[in-house]
Amino acid sequence: MSITPAQILPDAALQAEPAAKARGYWATVGRRIVRDRISMVCVAILLAIVLSALLAPWLHLADPYQGSMIRRLRHIGTSGYPLGTDELGRDMLARLIYGGRLSLLIGISPVILAFGIGTMLGLVAGYVGGWVNTAIMRTIDVFYAFPSVLLAIAISGALGAGIANSIVSLTIVFVPQIARVAESVTTGVRNRDFVEAARASGAGPFTIMRAHMLGNVLGPIFVYSTGLISVSMILAAGLSFLGLGTKPPEPEWGLMLNTLRTAIYVNPWVAALPGAMIFAVSICFNLLSDGLRSAMDIRS
Amino acid sequence: MSDRLEPIEDRGGKAQPLLQVNGLTKHFPVRGGWFGARKTVRAVDDVSFAIGKGETVGIVGESGCGKSTTARLLMQLMDRDAGELIFDGMQVGHEMSLRELRRGMQMVFQDSYASLNPRLTIEESIAFGPKVHGMADGAARALARDLLGKVGLRPEIFASRYPHEISGGQRQRVNIARALALSPRLVILDEAVSALDKSVEAQVLNLLVDLKREFGLTYLFISHDLNVVHYISDRVLVMYLGEVVELGPVEQVWARPAHPYTRALLAAMPSSDPDKRTEVPPISGDPPNPIDPPPGCRFHTRCPFAEPLCTNSAPKLTGLDNMGHQTACHMAIPGSGHSRAPATAA
Repeated sequence: MSITPAQILPDAALQAEPAAKARGYWATVGRRIVRDRISMVCVAILLAIVLSALLAPWLHLADPYQGSMIRRLRHIGTSGYPLGTDELGRDMLARLIYGGRLSLLIGISPVILAFGIGTMLGLVAGYVGGWVNTAIMRTIDVFYAFPSVLLAIAISGALGAGIANSIVSLTIVFVPQIARVAESVTTGVRNRDFVEAARASGAGPFTIMRAHMLGNVLGPIFVYSTGLISVSMILAAGLSFLGLGTKPPEPEWGLMLNTLRTAIYVNPWVAALPGAMIFAVSICFNLLSDGLRSAMDIRS
Repeated sequence: MSDRLEPIEDRGGKAQPLLQVNGLTKHFPVRGGWFGARKTVRAVDDVSFAIGKGETVGIVGESGCGKSTTARLLMQLMDRDAGELIFDGMQVGHEMSLRELRRGMQMVFQDSYASLNPRLTIEESIAFGPKVHGMADGAARALARDLLGKVGLRPEIFASRYPHEISGGQRQRVNIARALALSPRLVILDEAVSALDKSVEAQVLNLLVDLKREFGLTYLFISHDLNVVHYISDRVLVMYLGEVVELGPVEQVWARPAHPYTRALLAAMPSSDPDKRTEVPPISGDPPNPIDPPPGCRFHTRCPFAEPLCTNSAPKLTGLDNMGHQTACHMAIPGSGHSRAPATAA
C-alpha cells in the first residue's frame, strides 16, 4: 500500500549528458531562418532595394526630376535609359530607385508605429483583463469594423494629402489589427501556470510583463506585423494613386503608377514597372513573414 | 554553498501553527444566459484548518471538490470572499504583507511544463524569484545552481537548458527548486507528483521527504492519490464539494474513517491483492453540481445512510477523540437525531 523507498532505482536520465549544447530560442530561430532558401532570397532582394534607395544619391543616377519633351516614354533598354523614360521623359531607373525611399518609408513606418502602439494596447488589455480589456477591445472593434482601404482613405481625406498624414492614417488602420493579435496571444500566455508561479514569487505586474510575457508574446505579433508590411505598401501606393499621399513631381511608386497609367497603351512595359516594384517588395515581405512563422514554430 | 535568502523568522515558537485558515470561502458567480438568474459555484465554503510547524498535511478529494482552489486562495493567486489566514501568528493582509507571505509560502503546480517559462533557461527560471526579492543577478544564479544540485540535477548539465529539453520528472524537480529559491517555510504541492509516472513519482516523493528534513519545511500536499497522501502526510483533510468532511491524523483516518464519504474513498482504492478486490462499487454517481449544492449535508444525495435529517440540516465538524480526528457527519454527532448517531453522553 505504501511506497517503499528502498526499491527505487536511481533515475538514469538524471545522470545523462545532454546530446548537444543547448541553444537559446532566438539563436535556434535565427539558424532555421538562415537555412530557409526562400526567406534568404527575399532578404537579399529586400536588402538590394532598401540599400539602393538609401544610397541613391551616391549611385551616379540621372536626375529623377529632370524631364525632356523629346525623350518621353522610351522603351526599356534604350541606350542611356536602361529602364526607359516616363511620360515626362524622366529616367525610370532613377525614379524607381529614388521612389523606393518614399514608398518604403510610408510602407514600413506605419507598421512599426502600429507594432509599438498595438502591442502595448493588446498586452495591457490581455494582461489586466476585466473592464480594461472590454474598454480597449470594444474601442478597437469600432475601427476594425471598417474595411482597411476605406478607413485609410477616409482618415487621409480628413487629414489632407501629405506624407505625414498618410503615415498617420495607415498607423490608425493597423493598430487595431495588431492589438487584436497581441491581446489574444497575451490572454493565452497569461493563463499559463508560469505566470501564476511568477505572481506567487511576489513579482509585480510590470516585472511579469517584462520578464515573462514579452518574450512569449512578441514572436507571433512580430510575424503578423511583417505580413502587414505588404498590405501597408499597397495601401500607401493606393493613397498616392488617389492623390492623397505624395504630390508630383515627387517620385513614389504608387504615384508613378497613377501618372503612367495613361501611357499603358503606348508603352505598357514601362508603365508596369512601379507596380512590379510594389509587387516584389510586398511578396518578399509576405514570404519572409511565412518563413519566420515556420522558423519560430519550434515545439515550445 | 551559496548565499540563500534568509527565511522569514519563526515568531510564534513550536506551538504556534505555521498556517491557520479560518472560514476560507470562495464563490464564483455564474451567469445563466442573458437574463438568467445569477448563480454561484460554491468552490470553497467555510474551510478551516491549521498546519503545524514541520508537519505535512494532505488534502484529498475528487476532482472539482475545491482542492486546487484552496491552494490558489492560500497562495493569494485569487482573492478570497471571506476568511482569514494567519501565518505564524501574523494575520495576512494586516500584520503580514502579501510580499512577505510569498517569501514564507511557495507552491509547486501540477503541470510541470506549463509552470516553466519556455523562453527562459532553467537557471533563469529559478533565479527569477530571488531577484524579485532584491538578490543580485550573480548571487541568484549561483543560488539557482546550488538548488539544482539539491534537487538532484547536475547544474553543469541542466542550468543552461530550456524546459522543453528535459523530461517531466526533471522539470518537476526544477519547479521544486524554484519554489525553494525563496527559502519558504511552507510549500504547497498542488498535485505536484500526479502527472508523473509511478517510478518517477516515487523518486520525487522521496526527494520531497529529504528536502523537508534538510530545510525544515512544512508541506501542504494536495492529491487525489490516496496511497501517496498516506505515504507522505502526517494529517489529512478530506474535502467534498468545497467543504471539509473529515480531518485528522492520517493513520487514524485510514484505520477508522468516520465519514461515509471517506469510507467510500478508501474502499475505492484499488488493491494489489486479488482476494481483496472491490466488488461492490463503494459509491455511485457523480458529485452533484457545485452550482446548486444540495441543502443540508452535501453528501446526502450519495450517502447510503441518508435520513431526512441530513437533507434539512448541515452537520458541523465535530471532534471524535482527543487526537484531533474530526468529521462533519450527523452519524458522529451525539444526539443529532440520526438513527445511527451515538447516544448523548451523560
